[in-house]
Amino acid sequence: MSQALTRRTILKTAAIGAAAATFSCRTAAQTPPKVVVVGGGFGGATCARELKRRGLAVTLVEASAVYTACPFSNAVLAGLRPIEAQQFKLDAVEKAGVDIVQKMATGVDPQTRRVALEDGSSLDYDRLVLSPGVDIRFDALPGYDEAAAAIMPHAWKAGEQTLLLRRQLEAMDDGGTFVMAAPGNPFRCPPGPYERASLIAHYLKTHKPRSKLLILDAKDSFSKQRLFQAAWQDFYPNMIEWVSLSTGGKVIEVDAKTKTLVTDFGRHTGDVVNVIPPQRAGRIAQVAGAADRSGWCPIDPVTFESRLQPNIHVIGDASIAGGMPKSAFSANAQGKVCAAAIASLLRGEGPTEPKLINTCYSLVAPDYGISVAGVYSPRNGVLTDVEGAGGTSPVNAPPSFRAQEAVYAEAWFQTTTSEVYG
Amino acid sequence: MGRGRLASALTLGSMMSMAVTMMAEAVPAAAQGVAPPGATACSGCHGPVAPGAAVAPLHGRPSEEIVAAMQDFRTGQRPATVMDRIAKGFTDEETRAIASWLSQQP
Ligand SMILES: Cc1cc2nc3c(=O)[nH]c(=O)nc-3n(C[C@H](O)[C@H](O)[C@H](O)COP(=O)(O)OP(=O)(O)OC[C@H]3O[C@@H](n4cnc5c(N)ncnc54)[C@H](O)[C@@H]3O)c2cc1C
Repeated sequence: MSQALTRRTILKTAAIGAAAATFSCRTAAQTPPKVVVVGGGFGGATCARELKRRGLAVTLVEASAVYTACPFSNAVLAGLRPIEAQQFKLDAVEKAGVDIVQKMATGVDPQTRRVALEDGSSLDYDRLVLSPGVDIRFDALPGYDEAAAAIMPHAWKAGEQTLLLRRQLEAMDDGGTFVMAAPGNPFRCPPGPYERASLIAHYLKTHKPRSKLLILDAKDSFSKQRLFQAAWQDFYPNMIEWVSLSTGGKVIEVDAKTKTLVTDFGRHTGDVVNVIPPQRAGRIAQVAGAADRSGWCPIDPVTFESRLQPNIHVIGDASIAGGMPKSAFSANAQGKVCAAAIASLLRGEGPTEPKLINTCYSLVAPDYGISVAGVYSPRNGVLTDVEGAGGTSPVNAPPSFRAQEAVYAEAWFQTTTSEVYG
Repeated sequence: MGRGRLASALTLGSMMSMAVTMMAEAVPAAAQGVAPPGATACSGCHGPVAPGAAVAPLHGRPSEEIVAAMQDFRTGQRPATVMDRIAKGFTDEETRAIASWLSQQP
């Protein structure tokens, strides 16, 4: 069975190779190779700029005119930041020499190396980079479809959803209950739900102090857990209740009409309900055949080339990047490594083994930041944590340390967004 | 591996390398030197020189200065919030290569 599969895969790959060779011979002698990037978020926009900097012809396909960044969108929910501080255009990316196509990519044909766009036009590529982020799985949690998301927002893609949840929080009475459903692993931004709970608690403590927060979790542990829980005790005592998987926290069904979340052990109704549902790689990755049964995309850790489709690279949240979390920092680091690998491959050189870094900050309060960091390198075909490095902020640290990390959090956002969009 | 499969794999290999050679001529070499492993990740936080930057800019800094800082972060001699955790992920050799590349960046 696995032998037959291997043979078929090899034959298929050979056929693609043959098509590719013909294609390249036809065009490559005169025309420089073309790289197409789908998705102008942290991963895709970084990669496109870096490819251009390396002298390659790059087209970036991005569906929306304005990108709304998720990092710090929890501060928008808490009323600490305007949504405009999250919004970026691709003008500077275009100025840097990247061709921008503001359209939705609807199809990928790996055989002819062609991306189909929503208006029926298409783009040919020698190498394709997919950085489409995540899709919300509206088929995973009974009762949670797009109509339900208009009542119980996920706000896990920043923009309208963020503003909707913000309006609901503003409209909530003092003494109301905010309920959140947190997903199982893997999902975009592992510490994100807990940063969100913290900053919403900060808002409620300041404006509606009799209110309560309930987190129903499909996991038994979460990112930076000790740090979050210690800070919750200090800042928001008796305000936040976290229910783990093994104590009955997993939401198995929702009822939008009554704003109710159902677990194996009971029903929880909230005044404001935030459902962070299971996710998968953005649709275009599925369409391209780059996602496996898990819904995410297996990649080679040196080049980020898909393990399923030759000449297609997947970066950012959509990829299975081993120990690296699905974060904007990771997507940015991967975008640069992937661009370097593609430039090497197109020059006919072998790519060098990369080393990557991630640092994710979370705010527990406006001037209280905590972080998790990691250094990664390929090991046995998987991006793996370098031993002895990384980890979270110390559990015992003075307020000045937390305040410094809050400053660094904001500095990271400013630096990264100006590197990508400035 | 059966003979048929070996043959297809070989054909694939030779066709790929042919395509790559033909494309390679059209690809310009990298601009500011090849970044050593890990080097491009620094700019996620360490931006260009800007007045009042909260995080120290690294481009164009003397190589020895960066190497020394990384060593002190690793041993804990220099106080840090996150750089101690990151510095431990790089060997002396890797750190020197990164520092040398950063010092040459505009
Ligand atoms: C609440 C929250 C807080 C977060 N906080 C942090 C943080 O503090 N630090 C951090 O590092 N990360 C954080 N993240 C995670 C971060 O937002 C993601 O990891 C990051 O955006 C991933 O980048 P990406 O390029 O993979 O995808 P995205 O940023 O989602 O970009 C994908 C882009 O592709 C476009 N696209 C998709 N499909 C198509 C198509 N078919 N055709 C054309 N365009 C398409 C989309 O319009 C989108 O612009 C947070 C996330 C959330 C939800």
